[in-house]
Formats: sequence, C-alpha cells, structure tokens
Amino acid sequence: MEAAMGLMRRIPPKHTETALSALLTLLPQHSSDLLSQVDQPLQVLSDMESGKEFILCEYNRDADSYRSPWSNKYHPPLEDAPQPSPELRKLEVEANEVFAIYRDQYYEGGISSVYMWEDENEGFIACFLIKKDGSRTGHGRRGYLQEGAWDAIHVIEVGPEEEGIVHYCLTSTVMLTLTTDNESSGSFNLSGSIRRQMSMKLSVSEGHLCNMGKMIEEMEGKLRNSLDQVYFGKTNEMVCTLRPPTELVQMKLPDS
Amino acid sequence: MSEEEEDFVESEETQLTDDQKIEIAKWFLLNAPAGEIQYVAKDVRAILKDENLYKKAAEQSFPSYNKSHLICLDFPNRSGDVLITSFSEVDKDEYLDPRTAQVAIVDHVKQVCKEVRPARDEELPSAFIEEYRSAMDAEIMKYVSETYPKGVCSVYCTKGKDVEEPGFDFELVVVISAARHSPQNFCNGSWRSIWNIEFKDEIQSIEVSGKMQVGAHYFEEGNVQLDANHECKDTTLIQSPDDSAFSLVNIIRHHETEYLASLQTSYLKLPDTTFKDLRRKLPVTRTLFPWHNTAQFSLTRDIEKELGIGK
Repeated sequence: MEAAMGLMRRIPPKHTETALSALLTLLPQHSSDLLSQVDQPLQVLSDMESGKEFILCEYNRDADSYRSPWSNKYHPPLEDAPQPSPELRKLEVEANEVFAIYRDQYYEGGISSVYMWEDENEGFIACFLIKKDGSRTGHGRRGYLQEGAWDAIHVIEVGPEEEGIVHYCLTSTVMLTLTTDNESSGSFNLSGSIRRQMSMKLSVSEGHLCNMGKMIEEMEGKLRNSLDQVYFGKTNEMVCTLRPPTELVQMKLPDS
Repeated sequence: MSEEEEDFVESEETQLTDDQKIEIAKWFLLNAPAGEIQYVAKDVRAILKDENLYKKAAEQSFPSYNKSHLICLDFPNRSGDVLITSFSEVDKDEYLDPRTAQVAIVDHVKQVCKEVRPARDEELPSAFIEEYRSAMDAEIMKYVSETYPKGVCSVYCTKGKDVEEPGFDFELVVVISAARHSPQNFCNGSWRSIWNIEFKDEIQSIEVSGKMQVGAHYFEEGNVQLDANHECKDTTLIQSPDDSAFSLVNIIRHHETEYLASLQTSYLKLPDTTFKDLRRKLPVTRTLFPWHNTAQFSLTRDIEKELGIGK
C-alpha cells in the first residue's frame, strides 16, 4: 500500500485514472484502501428525471448505482438503496441549490453535486463536488485552453452540536490539468493534484450550510492560490534553473 | 486512455497473467518523471513481489526510458561522460561518444557505465564528415556551457557517415540534455532538445528541425507536473564546416531562447487568463459569496420559477 501511494505521487497526474486501475488490478486485496485514498477524476451521469447532470463518487454509490441529488433517485434504479433522513435530505436539497449558484459565480459553468449522510456519532458528513471543463470546447469562457479540467472534492465531517458549537473537519482535493497548444509556443501542459485539511469550531447560529460554505470557499481560494503561486511557480523555477533566462546569463558573463 | 492502456485495465476481475503484470510494471516505469525511475522501480518491485517479473519489466523498460530521457552516464574512470540516445546506440548496451571516439558499455537498469572501449573505425564517420561534426560539436559545447548550468551535449552523424567528399547528402543530430534532480527540495526536471540537421547537397542548403521537451515535477504535499514540448524548423546555406557550425548554433540558440521566452509567457498568462477558465479568483460579482444570506437565492428562484425563466 505504501509503495502504491509512492507511485501515485510520481506518476503524472494526468494519468491518475490509468495508474489507479493498474494498481487495482495488481492489488485487488487493497482495492477499498486504494479507492478511498487515491482521488480520481470525477465522472458524471445524467439524471433522466430532472434533465440535469450529477457527479458520481463513492459517497452516492450503492452497488453499481448512483443517487442523483436532484431527483434523489438511483441510476440505474436500485431497490432498498440507502437514503439520507428526510431532515438531512432537506439540507442536501438546499445545499445543492445554493452550491450551484456558488459554482456558477466562481466557475462560470461546470457541474456540482452535494451529498449528505448520517454518520455513527450523531453528526453527519457532507461531500461537495465540482467538475469543470474549462477547455475551448467545454465551458472555457475565454477559449485559451485546448484542454482544461478542474475537479474539486470537499468532504466535511460535521460533529454533533454542543452548546451551540459544532466541530467541522474539511478535507479537500483539487485535481487539474490544463493544456495550451499553439504553433509558436508548442504544447504546454500543467497537471496536478493536492489535498489539504482544515478544522474549525463554529457556532451553528448561521446554519450548517453557511459554515460549510465559508470553509469551502476559503479552502478553494487557498488551493487555487497555492497551485498557482507555489506549485506552478516551483515548476517554473525548475525550468529557469535548467536554462536560466538570458538576462541572468549575460550578468554572469563578465566573471567568466 | 489509449487502446493499449484500456487493454490492461479491462481484465480487472480476472486473474492476471505474468505478461499482464509485466505490462503494467512497464507502464509505471516508462511514465516515471525525469530522474525518478529508480524510485518508481523500487515501488513497482515492492508491489509485484516477484523478482523474476520485476527483472523482466525492468530490462524491457530501462533502455527506452534512458534513451528517451537522454540520460548522461559518467565513464568509470571519470574521464568523461556519454549520452544515452537512440542516435548513439551501437548495440543495446553500447553507446558511442563521438567526442572521445569511445564506446561506453552500460548497465541500463543500474544506470551506470561499466567500461569503455575505443570505437572501431566502422563506427566512426569519415574524415570529411568528422570535420563538420567536430566543428559543430565545438560550437555547441560553447553554447551549452554558456546556457545550461548542467547541460551536456553531443553531435552524431546519423546519415551518410561514410561520405568522403562534397556532392552527397548527410545528416547530423545535435542532442542537448540538462537535468536537475533535487529530491530534498521535492523537485526534479529536465530539458531535452534534439536538432536534426540535414545537409542537402543538391540545393546547397541545410534543413534544421528541432524538438524541445521540458518537464518538471514538484511533489511536496502534492504532485504537480509540467510537460511542455515544441517543434520548429529553419534553413541555412551549406558553408565551410566552421562557418556552418557557427550559423547552425546561432539558429539553435535563437529558437531555444525564443522557446524559453514563450514558456515564460505561458506561465505569466496563467493567473489571469488561462487559470481563470478553470476557476476565478473571485466570483463574477467580485465579492465573496454571500453564504450568510442564501435565503435571497430561494427568493429569486421562486420568482424565476413563477416566471418560467429558471434553468
């Protein structure tokens, strides 16, 4: 398992799906560990009843069926499949509606889904998912990207309420790949995946959705920023170490 | 996913044959980022738990990995080094270093050069070609030492190496490889350029085509990789060996400098244009999302529903 996770840290993120399937075939005995520890690009299904698309993940899956957050029905239909309690379902419906607006404001397109379920210790777990195809042929408003995918997975464990305070634990993963391609500069691809955690104790006076939403918004901002500034920055730094830009070379010349 | 990838993925439920295991192991090895195949090999070996299968997979993947990554190996006596490329391959474990007219005998899996032997006459180009090749080598070495802090380069004759006088076509290939491995800083990278230089006697011109490939991997608490490549073409006239070499290296310098500049532009454009198509820094409203006041949305929704303008 350790070796498998080692490989996932090295294989180019754009090959994650292939790498994961390969590991699953080699290590069938670890399949549940692999599926829970390795994030893979999100898949989408169409909800026949509402005509909307929804995102598939381990959290809305039972057997080979997936529950749509829009119609609350499993696709393909499944007898006796688990459902959230009516109360939690109400919050789930609201979260899906609000999160779709949030998603539209930040992503200018894309697909989102929110799933919730009760856990053993009187709290619940919520999973917020966003998938955005930012390519020229997808939802890329500006048309810069030959290929561009952003998948965000936010899982929040919400603890039981104690004197008006609730403990929230958020684990977020962002996976992305972007490619620009043109005659003068060739093909330029950056792909990556990072995962971070954040815990907070918050008053429930504003409601769970408000608390979770704020945490997710802050986390997404941080992840986007560190991908942009730190991770992409480091790869750029590496390029400049390999072949320092001309200005630097000229500065060094008088010494040599 | 390519068909090949799907092939080995499909058989998920069934018992894997040894050949399938080897194929999977090879896929991992060949997809190792620059300078990381040994780490990947260690993990693959641990997962396979079968020395025999691992050995087969390694023997089949390391040579192609080493050649495609243009790795550089030191001679055992430290008297120089040799680039592992398909252009310098004399035999599967033997690679020519034209500069010292030696052939390195290498161990692909260990990535070391075991011994060197003098090149045989038939492995070397004619005196006429060697004049062009060595002039090119001298100029490109100068350029590489000025430009790449850790760069290595070599010039091979890949076509017409036995040509002994003007009047015939021949081809040189310039290979530049610069790699930087700093696992302690969670960062590895490589720059590889291959320049095909065709001397066309009939039209007295030289056709140049270049392929540049740049990769970088940053993996502190994450896994982010750059994979960029670019191809370009140019031409110049055939002149004396020294003058040809001079103008060819100018062409190479020009294109590589331009390419580096275009990489920098791609990076500069990221935050505000390219990346924005994935996710904006701020919402279209330019203020943080009003989570405390989401009730307003239900209100708008109700109105939209009533007016039938909802999505």
